Amino acid sequence: MSRITAEQVKHVAHLARLAVTEEDVQKFTQQLDAIITYAEQLNELDTEHVEPTSHVLNMKNVMREDIQSEGLPREEVLKNAPEHENGQIKVPSIIE
Amino acid sequence: MGLFDQKLSTLHESLHNKEISVSDLVDESYKRIGQVDDKVQAFLTLNEEKARLKAKDLDDKLGTNESKGLLFGMPIGIKDNIVTKGLRTTCASKILENFDPIYDATVMHRLEEAEAITIGKLNMDEFAMGSSTENSSFQLTRNPWNLETVPGGSSGGSAAAVAAGEVPFSLGSDTGGSIRQPASFCGVVGLKPTYGRVSRYGLVAFASSLDQIGPITRTVEDNAYLLQAISGVDPMDSTSANVDVPNFVRSLTGDVKGLKIAVPKEYLGEGVNEEVKQSVMNALQTLEKLGATWEEVSLPHSKYALATYYLLSSSEASANLARFDGVRYGYRSPNAETLMELYKNTRAEGFGEEVKRRIMLGTFALSSGYYDAYYKKAQKVRTLIKQDFEKIFESYDVIVGPTTPTPAFKIGENIADPMTMYLNDILTIPVNLAGVPGISVPCGLSNGLPLGLQIIGKHFDESTVYRVAHAFEQATDFHKQKPQL
Repeated sequence: MSRITAEQVKHVAHLARLAVTEEDVQKFTQQLDAIITYAEQLNELDTEHVEPTSHVLNMKNVMREDIQSEGLPREEVLKNAPEHENGQIKVPSIIE
Repeated sequence: MGLFDQKLSTLHESLHNKEISVSDLVDESYKRIGQVDDKVQAFLTLNEEKARLKAKDLDDKLGTNESKGLLFGMPIGIKDNIVTKGLRTTCASKILENFDPIYDATVMHRLEEAEAITIGKLNMDEFAMGSSTENSSFQLTRNPWNLETVPGGSSGGSAAAVAAGEVPFSLGSDTGGSIRQPASFCGVVGLKPTYGRVSRYGLVAFASSLDQIGPITRTVEDNAYLLQAISGVDPMDSTSANVDVPNFVRSLTGDVKGLKIAVPKEYLGEGVNEEVKQSVMNALQTLEKLGATWEEVSLPHSKYALATYYLLSSSEASANLARFDGVRYGYRSPNAETLMELYKNTRAEGFGEEVKRRIMLGTFALSSGYYDAYYKKAQKVRTLIKQDFEKIFESYDVIVGPTTPTPAFKIGENIADPMTMYLNDILTIPVNLAGVPGISVPCGLSNGLPLGLQIIGKHFDESTVYRVAHAFEQATDFHKQKPQL
């Protein structure tokens, strides 16, 4: 049985902000299904009383003083922007 | 013998005695690149003009009494996911093809302080996702030992450049084996430090809870010198660990008497090539002769590491790579009228196949309704894998096994089948999940292709890992073999 449907793949692609063709959808459906099927082997393990690991060193809440410092120079920041105007990064209009 | 067949401490001595100059070292590097890089294709970008100017500066300094560290004037290659101010950094992705960083990674500051010279940026799998460097958007790097085979990955350029003698040492990054696997395939020494040992500031993030920058070198001693220079807590990376950095070179005593080695049976099981197994057994014999003892042990959750890794690393990657949206930097699709189209088309056109596949997998695993079943489940299994290691390290000093199940494979052989490609990392991935340090050192040849011995240590115990690796290296001749190009 297929674990992943084409509809799901389209939804996930939208969440990931990836344009996909019908061909991509077919391919991803197949490939993700294979990987997810492989990953289901984790269900062999009883993990009900196991704590999840997000950091291997058990570090927590590393704090520092909040010190004001210089930001990056505007010209430098804009140097890599694909499009900019009057010192601002430009994107397609978002308000009608 | 080429200049770069000598270890760093010998080159340092030669500089000190004025037998060579810094410019000689930099010349040697570019000369060798000129001779072999059209075959090997390790470098994506060269820093030649600035490197030569820097060499002249340092040569002036060479005549003064100012103290000079061991890396003074040494030419180094840098993996192209480490940002270098004013030097193009692409992650081997079309989406960053013309990216000109406005700051330096912390490791670059450290190398600057040590007065090493950046020769250029090295090819890799796009965003470090891959095990063969075939996922680069720009060029195919070849293994210097056999140009028909892959150099491994994702730090394939970093390992190939050192093996080919283009630079004496380089930096790579390792998320699931990306330093150790190419080091093994290319017959060089590669270390993944303990998670938190080296600052990740300026390393373009793939999976933040697993990524570490580490050294690739000809010898264990060189490796220890380079790690020394880049280690230590960094206010710019809150996951870098505030622990002492010992003198790693001082641990290279050659003495492994009484050392207790654990050999996981899972690392010598099904799917591991017979010659690879034999090379590990030979290595254990060598270590036994030096006074170490070994026993077979079990890391029972090893078989779950691959699935755990792909769920966690892809989930983290899907979040980390959200920043590539065509707005602030990088590629922007010309085919977009709305902001949503701009995001979607930029990412569809800018990312390669493997990167998209992992973003899709990660987005799926984190999405509503699947988070608990996949992402959280994998985080829990990660705990079990980590506990496997903790248990073994209660009774043993190091864990030893192969770095990879097979020697380097042919170009194109595994590219069509992601699952087979992923299996390459099955012996290196658990180390990243547990956050412990691991090294690959040359331990034999199979049909002219190098094999690597993996030595794994406790958290922040790189010293013992180095001590064992060095003792083994000094007792064998594998590190002296060089590819013929």
